[in-house]
Amino acid sequence: MKNKISSHDRRQLKGYIYILPWLIGFLVLQLIPFIQSFYYSFTDYSIMSSPKFSGLKNYITLFTVDPEFWNSFKVTWIYTLYTVPGKIIMALIVAMLMNRDMKGINGLRTIYYIPSLFGGSVAICILWRLMFMDTGVINGILGAFGLPKLQWLGNTKTALPTICMMEIWQFGSSMVMMLAALKNVPKDLYEAADLDGAGAWDKFKNVTIPQISPIIFFNVIMQTNNALQAFTNAFVITKGGPLKSTYLLGMKLYQEAFSYYKMGYASAISWVIFATIMVVTLLLFRYSSGKVYYSDAGDF
Amino acid sequence: MKKNKIGHYVANVIITVAGVLMLFPILWMFLATFKTNEEIFGSLKLLPNSFDFSGYIEGWKGTAGITYSTYFKNTFLIVIPVVIFTVASCSMVAYGFARFKFPGKKPLFMLLISTLMLPNAVIMIPRYALFNSFGWVNTYMPFYAPAVLGTYPFFVFMLVQFMRGLPKELDESAYIDGCGSFQAFVQILIPLMKPALFSAGLFQFIWTYNDYLNPLLYINSAKKYTISLALKLSIDAESVIPWNKVMAMAFVSNIPLIILFFSAQKYFVEGIATQGLKG
Repeated sequence: MKNKISSHDRRQLKGYIYILPWLIGFLVLQLIPFIQSFYYSFTDYSIMSSPKFSGLKNYITLFTVDPEFWNSFKVTWIYTLYTVPGKIIMALIVAMLMNRDMKGINGLRTIYYIPSLFGGSVAICILWRLMFMDTGVINGILGAFGLPKLQWLGNTKTALPTICMMEIWQFGSSMVMMLAALKNVPKDLYEAADLDGAGAWDKFKNVTIPQISPIIFFNVIMQTNNALQAFTNAFVITKGGPLKSTYLLGMKLYQEAFSYYKMGYASAISWVIFATIMVVTLLLFRYSSGKVYYSDAGDF
Repeated sequence: MKKNKIGHYVANVIITVAGVLMLFPILWMFLATFKTNEEIFGSLKLLPNSFDFSGYIEGWKGTAGITYSTYFKNTFLIVIPVVIFTVASCSMVAYGFARFKFPGKKPLFMLLISTLMLPNAVIMIPRYALFNSFGWVNTYMPFYAPAVLGTYPFFVFMLVQFMRGLPKELDESAYIDGCGSFQAFVQILIPLMKPALFSAGLFQFIWTYNDYLNPLLYINSAKKYTISLALKLSIDAESVIPWNKVMAMAFVSNIPLIILFFSAQKYFVEGIATQGLKG
């Protein structure tokens, strides 16, 4: 008996062998770089020479000297506050409208998913740039309806919202998640609500939202994380312009690191991004405690 | 009851019309590949004056003697190994976490989950410095290494969840029959995990295929460019942009994704739905 247990235990230890690739990857490609970048953020560092400790200089420059930083910080927040709620609200509305017995639902779901498939690829960014040019097709259509034309990407007020529209357009994958969640809401909850004489809004607020709250929460967290680091769309569509009105933090990070080779300074920017993500995530967790409803806690 | 029926009808109309609007940019893109610059900017007609394929033929020739054959080949040289490595390594790691009870498993799994929230922005610079010191800049190793080492927590997590749904008796009975743990994994679990492995592979394919930032960081000679770098180059290289060529190549770059999507639609939708629910 004793012997059997120890052979069983030995077998369990084989788990280490299977997780070994990840363990190495975690240490070498995640944990050590994470610590290094924290250190770099307190140094003068170009890729050609080794880092020289410079104390808080990078952060002081960032917060008090560099006029671009607060602009980029603001731009990134506006971008996040447009795109994350925009995507989630669109996804929720379309998922609610589709959560009925109707023909052709699979075809429609596919159509809504397609923009997410191409995602923020360079091809789509270029398409957006062309469509929203001053003489582009969007202005052409507005003109045909007698509406005023806009300088979409050429105006500091509209350039960022135009980029946000491309992001919101890709709400399809969130929608598919929410539709799946809606289909899993137990029907008897709605029946019980009907018996209580609840109206459509009451049912939405008191049954639907709590039931799918884990999915909404998951989407908010992951999309906020992505939005605060966004790069490609602004870089390809507007190059951060006009007048830095779309100069996202992700883009500033890239430029400082790989155009000016100020790796230490760029690391400080990356830690501001990281700190922002952490603070937002913690606030979201705190705000959601008791509001997000988990039917099974899941054990491990 | 009647009111309900009207509501039903209105909802159908709304989502159908909105769905068509959603696809308008893609449709417009396809038709723009046949248009001259004058037509693109001067005319509102959706259909081109003639279906002229020269945008595709000229566009394929690329920039400075390097054609899109090279760019496609390069892209697949990155994407296909990355997908294979990711699926192999992540499923192995998932097996370790889902089926073995070793000391420190819980904290290690918590670490794995926490890396879901680790922003790429924060590790980008040290990783670049590391790969640079290995002499890996301008090679495809910076793409392969993270895939070989299973550092895609999203997929590991998804596969762990899937594996936990498979009855443990299956692999335990294999042990009793004298199978080693690796044999049990390959012969019993892998076949059952096909749908999940397929979903993971598909998503990794799309994300790697569409990625722009990593190729931008690591690839600097035009001969090794991926499609996304080539497309960006095509709008930067010329002062008067021949949009039909650019749109033609942008459209062609989407075709592999379209084919993949329609041939494996089931896995996409199931993949998203289960990831979301389990997440």
